[in-house]
Amino acid sequence: MNWQGVKAIYAFEMERTRRTLMQSIIGPVISTSLYFVVFGAAIGSRIQQVDGISYGAFIVPGLVMLSLLTNSISNASFGIYFPKFTGTIYELLSAPISMFEALLGYVGAAATKSLILGAIILATAGFFVPLQIAHPFLMALFLLLTCISFSLFGFIIGIWANNFEKLQLIPLLIVTPLVFLGGSFYSASMLSPFWQTVTLFNPVLYLISGFRWSFYEISDVSVGVSLAMVLVFLTACLLIVSWIFRTGYHIKK
Amino acid sequence: MQSIVSVRHLSKTYDDGFKALKDINLEIRKGEIIALLGPNGAGKTTLISVICGIVNPSEGEVLVDGNNIITDFRATRSMIGLVPQELTIDSFSTVFAALSFSRGLFGKTPDPAYIESVLKDLSLWDKRNNRIIELSGGMKRRVLIGKALAHQPTVLFLDEPTAGVDVELRKDMWGLVRKLRDSGVTIILTTHYIEEAEEIADRIGIVTKGEILLVEEKDELMRKLGKKQLILDLVEPLTSLPESLLALSLEVSEDGATLTYTYDTQGEHTGITNLMEELRDAGIRFKDMRTTQRSLEDIFVKLVEEA
Repeated sequence: MNWQGVKAIYAFEMERTRRTLMQSIIGPVISTSLYFVVFGAAIGSRIQQVDGISYGAFIVPGLVMLSLLTNSISNASFGIYFPKFTGTIYELLSAPISMFEALLGYVGAAATKSLILGAIILATAGFFVPLQIAHPFLMALFLLLTCISFSLFGFIIGIWANNFEKLQLIPLLIVTPLVFLGGSFYSASMLSPFWQTVTLFNPVLYLISGFRWSFYEISDVSVGVSLAMVLVFLTACLLIVSWIFRTGYHIKK
Repeated sequence: MQSIVSVRHLSKTYDDGFKALKDINLEIRKGEIIALLGPNGAGKTTLISVICGIVNPSEGEVLVDGNNIITDFRATRSMIGLVPQELTIDSFSTVFAALSFSRGLFGKTPDPAYIESVLKDLSLWDKRNNRIIELSGGMKRRVLIGKALAHQPTVLFLDEPTAGVDVELRKDMWGLVRKLRDSGVTIILTTHYIEEAEEIADRIGIVTKGEILLVEEKDELMRKLGKKQLILDLVEPLTSLPESLLALSLEVSEDGATLTYTYDTQGEHTGITNLMEELRDAGIRFKDMRTTQRSLEDIFVKLVEEA
């Protein structure tokens, strides 16, 4: 096992975050704070409570997930796409490092950045709304699994993309709508029965629902199902990544 | 001499059907400098890329110090350093960080003292805290060499190391390459500059259309294929060759002031004595004479044209 190699990639990626602090951390924190101001304080004060929780507090788990998902994907996808784009990937391919070790470095760094971001956003939310976390360990587990699985997903996108447009395509056209329609700002129970059924096909619903349960013990689906769905997504990403490594898809000619 | 890299029946066919390498066999000796010469698209970079692990081979095998590049990739890649043709480098890192990253990536523990010595050898120590984007093209090229040396490789591949580099820096690099060879590093370089191969290589390999045409000691190659010419500056200009000299390999210059005699250094007789006698008999006198030898470039062009 080339631990030095894993450490080098991890440190390089974390250094990239430090260099781009504004874009990586401060930007998402500001935009999430704006959501709290607009939906939590301004509009939220005119909305009734949802399942006994103030609207401002209700949207916190969804907003954290929105930020985590988009940032996990963009961190990991950019991390592996940029060396492909600039050609510096030659060094990774010619180094005595397995693709699994490279994955540990890239995904580990992307997940770490997202975890830090999630923690900062939660702390920021505390300034705007009264925050309670009923099951902190479960919340941390959801955070961790989400960061890892969506960083893996981002890694897959970064490998698949062969231009910057493709790099943005899935996060913008698929992930963001799924997060917005996955119960970030509302409970599925507010929808008509037909749309409630449709929403069940949105995988992000399970993430947000389980995550919200860890805060307030309210959810659209059972927390066990939520956890299982996260694990299914994680397994699917791992299977795709292992196929990529086996075939050298978009990495090696 | 012991082989450090053995390439056996190596072929590479890309997905679009293009055959970049065709049954390549090559033994690279420990501690030598071997130059691979060839026109664009000859397959030089593909060959290097396969050995370094960047491109998968279609057929054949490559051993580095007896280790297979596929099954023992950790052992082989640890031994190899690669300086790519393009200036592919993370522009936002500092010079020191870039070399430290490469060392770590190749599994070596941090060694700031060694990185310092590499940077000093490359005259980059003063720039260690500069971001790479701030450096000139020549300096970036040296950073790439530094990155390739950061993990102390025993085999170094230099893919067009002096492309786009000014004459002074090119000569510096030749000095560096010789120094590395003297320290025991085996050097494999591809180049377009024939003078580069002529200047520093121990052996020359000529690659064209995915095949190795020949691999030969440089001096031997020059001796075997290098024809010599004897040029005579005449006292009286000639309008045409006398009948008695037509059978000889002689050419009269346009102004008739010089005669050029081409002969084979490998031949049993060069024919120079006979030429002198014939000239004397024909009453042709000369005031000066000199010889020239075909350059490696002439040899290269001839071989590639014949292929």
